Amino acid sequence: MNKIKQALGVLWVILAIAATYFCVFEFGLPKLLSDQQDDLVFGIIILFILTPLIVLGLGTFGYFAVIGEYNNKKK
Amino acid sequence: MGKTSTKGIWKVISASSMGTMIEWYDFYIFGSLAVVISTKFFPSDNPTAAFLSTLATFAAGFVVRPFGALFFGRLGDIIGRKYTFMATLLLMGGSTFLIGCIPSYETIGFLAPLLVLILRLLQGLALGGEYGGAATYVAEHAPVGQKGYWTSWIQTTATVGLFISLMVILATKSVLSSESFDSWGWRVPFWVSIVMVGISYLIRKNMDESPVFAKAKKEGTTSTNPLKESFGNRYNLKFVLLALFGATMGQGVVWYTGQFYAMSFMKTVMNIDSSQVDSLLGIALLLGTPFFIVFGWLSDKVGRKYIMMLGMLLAILFYRPIYKMMYNTTDVNYKTEIVDATTQSVEKLKNNDIITSISKTYTDGTTYVEKKTDFANKKKSQSSVIININSGDEWTLIFLVFIQVLFVTMVYGPIAAFLVEMFPTKIRYTSMSLPYHVGNGIFGGLLPAISTYFVTHAKAAGKSDFYLDGLWYPIIIASICFVIGMVYVDNKNKINHL
Repeated sequence: MNKIKQALGVLWVILAIAATYFCVFEFGLPKLLSDQQDDLVFGIIILFILTPLIVLGLGTFGYFAVIGEYNNKKK
Repeated sequence: MGKTSTKGIWKVISASSMGTMIEWYDFYIFGSLAVVISTKFFPSDNPTAAFLSTLATFAAGFVVRPFGALFFGRLGDIIGRKYTFMATLLLMGGSTFLIGCIPSYETIGFLAPLLVLILRLLQGLALGGEYGGAATYVAEHAPVGQKGYWTSWIQTTATVGLFISLMVILATKSVLSSESFDSWGWRVPFWVSIVMVGISYLIRKNMDESPVFAKAKKEGTTSTNPLKESFGNRYNLKFVLLALFGATMGQGVVWYTGQFYAMSFMKTVMNIDSSQVDSLLGIALLLGTPFFIVFGWLSDKVGRKYIMMLGMLLAILFYRPIYKMMYNTTDVNYKTEIVDATTQSVEKLKNNDIITSISKTYTDGTTYVEKKTDFANKKKSQSSVIININSGDEWTLIFLVFIQVLFVTMVYGPIAAFLVEMFPTKIRYTSMSLPYHVGNGIFGGLLPAISTYFVTHAKAAGKSDFYLDGLWYPIIIASICFVIGMVYVDNKNKINHL
């Protein structure tokens, strides 16, 4: 089980990077550059709240998993 | 660490649950009355006011709640649970009451939307601090092996708060004419809050501090810097992240889908009459609420993890079939029209706008009214459809929403116990509040906006079932959370600190 936890950690890091690309280039920037007021607020939240949360949060979680922080023997 | 009698814990539950329920009530009436509020404070033809309106909706729901969790969580870990969640109660109640007192935009201009925004932000801050305090307070009173059951009472409060907000609004509408409600009656649900808050404050005031926290305080083992110990300490941080990505993130999207997305879907996609939606949602919530207690109790017997994960798995598997069935109940393409009953009327208003109404009745009792307004001076038109469903379809929808509420109760019923058991007394309030409000406020709260994005893209691409594409967001988030929860979360919770 520990091996699976560590291997999946790589997936979470990749997912964090992929989600960041999606949040910035597909969601955030287009919304931020749109003329709509609602889109502007939505873009700000995506870029400055959700994206850092995913990059730092899921990325750190993945890193911790890779280095075995969540392995059973360490609890 | 059982230390409170059954009679004593009922007092704790009553005091905590009532206050938390009122806070949810306060938070929801703003959303439920958003349409009338926008006409009073945020005129749509004024872009700055419209911008403030969006901020009031988004900022309070998403951004401010985690800050409230940090601010009040820190206070709760330093000065105590009781005084902190009394402060959040007063802050929330006072803000809600004052929103109901603000003169309209017509009377005081820009000050009106600005005051509403400030009070709405204070509401978000208070909500961010309340939940963690109430859950921690109850868990620290609860006997060993029964924390899931007792904290599940706190878990009912969000749904009960939503239910009561719908009922108070429906009751106010029923005793007032629509003109009176639109003129001043919409303020009544805000004013009602201050009475409930007053009663709840008096009850909470006479409660004792949590015995676990009081003991820690006496022994001098409380934290002096809960923020640093919660998030600067690697050992604790990894559990904060696990709580977020392995539990609250999925719980947040399941919770929002089962209640708010379902409501919005019925009103805006299926075009069902708003009052009919409120009523059937109210019934589904009423039927589903006891299951928070059932699953909280069950989590004491079989563990928190598998109940929460099963709720997420069922949501992932059944959301699309459920919403497909919901959509089909009002799809008039599958109904037989009574041709003789169809009426059409044209009305020309004083400003030369022309309103064309077409009313259709179907053999199963469904009625369909389409109104098209041609604006004379703007050279454009606007259409709206309102469908009144028959009693059979109403019960079908109640059942389908009830199923979604069941998923909510599975993921949400045991989660308070799951979170409080994860962290030590001295930083519990701070550590559990943040992942909860990030999961709910950010991942859950963004659901309407992101789902709308998916639906719009699917519609533009010409997909026939475009209305189901909004579900990809909760399905993807819940799937990631399900895998993380299944692999990394321990069902026996070896890190139980209570």
